[in-house]
Amino acid sequence: MNIIVPIKQVPETSNVKMDAVTGTMVREGVESIINPLDLYAIEAAIQIRDTQGGMSTVLSMGPPKAELAIKEAIAMGCDTGILLSNKAFAGADTWATSYVISQAIRKLGNFDLILCGERATDGDTGQVGPGIAAWLDIPFATYISAIVEIRPESLIVERMVESGYETLEIALPCLLTVVKELNYPRLPTLRGNLRAKKMILEVWGPTEIDALTENLGLQGSPTRVVKISTPQVARNGEVVQPKDEHEIEIAVDGLINYLQSKEII
Amino acid sequence: MSYTDVWILGEQEDGKVKLVSYELLKRGRALADKRGVKLVAIMLGKQINTEGLQELIHRGADRVIVVESPSLEHFLPEPYVNTFLCLIQRYQPEILIASATTTGRTVMPALAVKCNTGLTADCTDLDIENGTGCLIQTRPAIGGNILATIKTPTCRPEMATVRPHSNKPLPADTTHTGEIIYESIDPNLLKSRVKRLGFKANIEEGGSIQDAEIIIAGGKGFKKSDNFQMIHELAGIFGAAVGASRDAVDLGWATYPHQVGLSGKTVSPKLYIAIAISGSVQHLAGIKTAENIIAINSDPDAQIFQVANYGIAADLFEILPVLIGKLKALKQQKSL
Repeated sequence: MNIIVPIKQVPETSNVKMDAVTGTMVREGVESIINPLDLYAIEAAIQIRDTQGGMSTVLSMGPPKAELAIKEAIAMGCDTGILLSNKAFAGADTWATSYVISQAIRKLGNFDLILCGERATDGDTGQVGPGIAAWLDIPFATYISAIVEIRPESLIVERMVESGYETLEIALPCLLTVVKELNYPRLPTLRGNLRAKKMILEVWGPTEIDALTENLGLQGSPTRVVKISTPQVARNGEVVQPKDEHEIEIAVDGLINYLQSKEII
Repeated sequence: MSYTDVWILGEQEDGKVKLVSYELLKRGRALADKRGVKLVAIMLGKQINTEGLQELIHRGADRVIVVESPSLEHFLPEPYVNTFLCLIQRYQPEILIASATTTGRTVMPALAVKCNTGLTADCTDLDIENGTGCLIQTRPAIGGNILATIKTPTCRPEMATVRPHSNKPLPADTTHTGEIIYESIDPNLLKSRVKRLGFKANIEEGGSIQDAEIIIAGGKGFKKSDNFQMIHELAGIFGAAVGASRDAVDLGWATYPHQVGLSGKTVSPKLYIAIAISGSVQHLAGIKTAENIIAINSDPDAQIFQVANYGIAADLFEILPVLIGKLKALKQQKSL
């Protein structure tokens, strides 16, 4: 079974800056990691490849240093990877991003399964996975928490929704977006690291994927970020520090009074 | 034909209109009034309760468009996307909003690609820009560190999902009138390559954390699994849902559906009580829209206190027994 895993390199979210002019992220000087939910997709791809045979290919659209994310996935056990990197791709929203990735997948061809993390921790949209499926016109399912059975023509999967779990049968080829319950991602191995280090990744731009220029990057994106502001997060609530039993009584009464003042109890 | 009207994509379960539909109507009403256009609710299902449809009108809709088919009983991407797409082509709405539920966040991105238009995820605020009439969409991003304001300047419809339970529905106004239209769809468009074989409901107190009014959440400060029982006891008293930090889930004290935060679920309850949760950026981003936040943590410098409306910086093992005792006494008093 040939599996494609589109991944995203994301900044460690604790300290991110935005460019006030373009409204996009400043990526310089921030440590980058594989989007945490993508690790579950990578792990699933390796496991399925190991039991079913075939190839697992990692794709990532991003700046040249996104190569590191792809290499980390290869060090974990994926077979190969392709970097989608070009100035023309920069500033893409989810519509333009899913277009580029879907074009790269078309170019690769011959796939059975596409596995994506449900969302990325930076953009937090969860829109690229379903978007890719729509561009490719293949069946898809989101929030997948278990791959129960692999059949010749279909998969049996579980989908986590608000009130429980759906069991779905989905025809192959298809796209799944996955959540954390799926598996326990492995760490890169020493041998994997060596293999990844030696590997020279192909870099694809608009020409390699036969992309329409008008669909690319900031210019091709239907949405525009028009303003960035820093939200006022602090609520400046009262914080008490009780030191003894008596003060604990008072602190707890304070909590109950607060709830009563808000008519919660 | 030009693009007009504001649409909300409602949701139903077992034919009953879900609360998120009414929440969307309140958002949609404000937008439709500013644009001077109609507010339309779209409902897909097998057979939808007519009182629920009437209530959509009482809660703000000028028109309800209903498509009924056994293929639409439960949400499946292809028949839902195709049906919405067909209706969009027929009526050409200007604005299309859905709830950022597992359904909305699945159907909308595929629909946006098919419509060749923009989509903004999980908005906390929507407005109309003076002059252009453009939809102004505001959403938290980058772990909630920033608020981004986003526009779709030229493509139509303008599409957004809205964080569920981030606003309350309008009160029902029985004098508000509107029409209910039943539309039919080419059966070929209702075919699905995904089949729903079964469903396992979560069996848990207080239900899903995303639908809960009150959430009692615990973190790794509980030290061991047995202690986490106190969270359940407290939740029982409030009739609340149980939430957990990523650490608590990773330690196996709670299951993943209970995880609050960016790699779990985003919640907007009336009350969120965070106990022994330090408040990572990821966690805080998931509770930003909670109405009231109460924090109990032994570390007075914990991040969680920055977002708390009331906080107690003390050991949970000293606080919770007193709190549980007092709440129980209060409850008994009330029921007497």
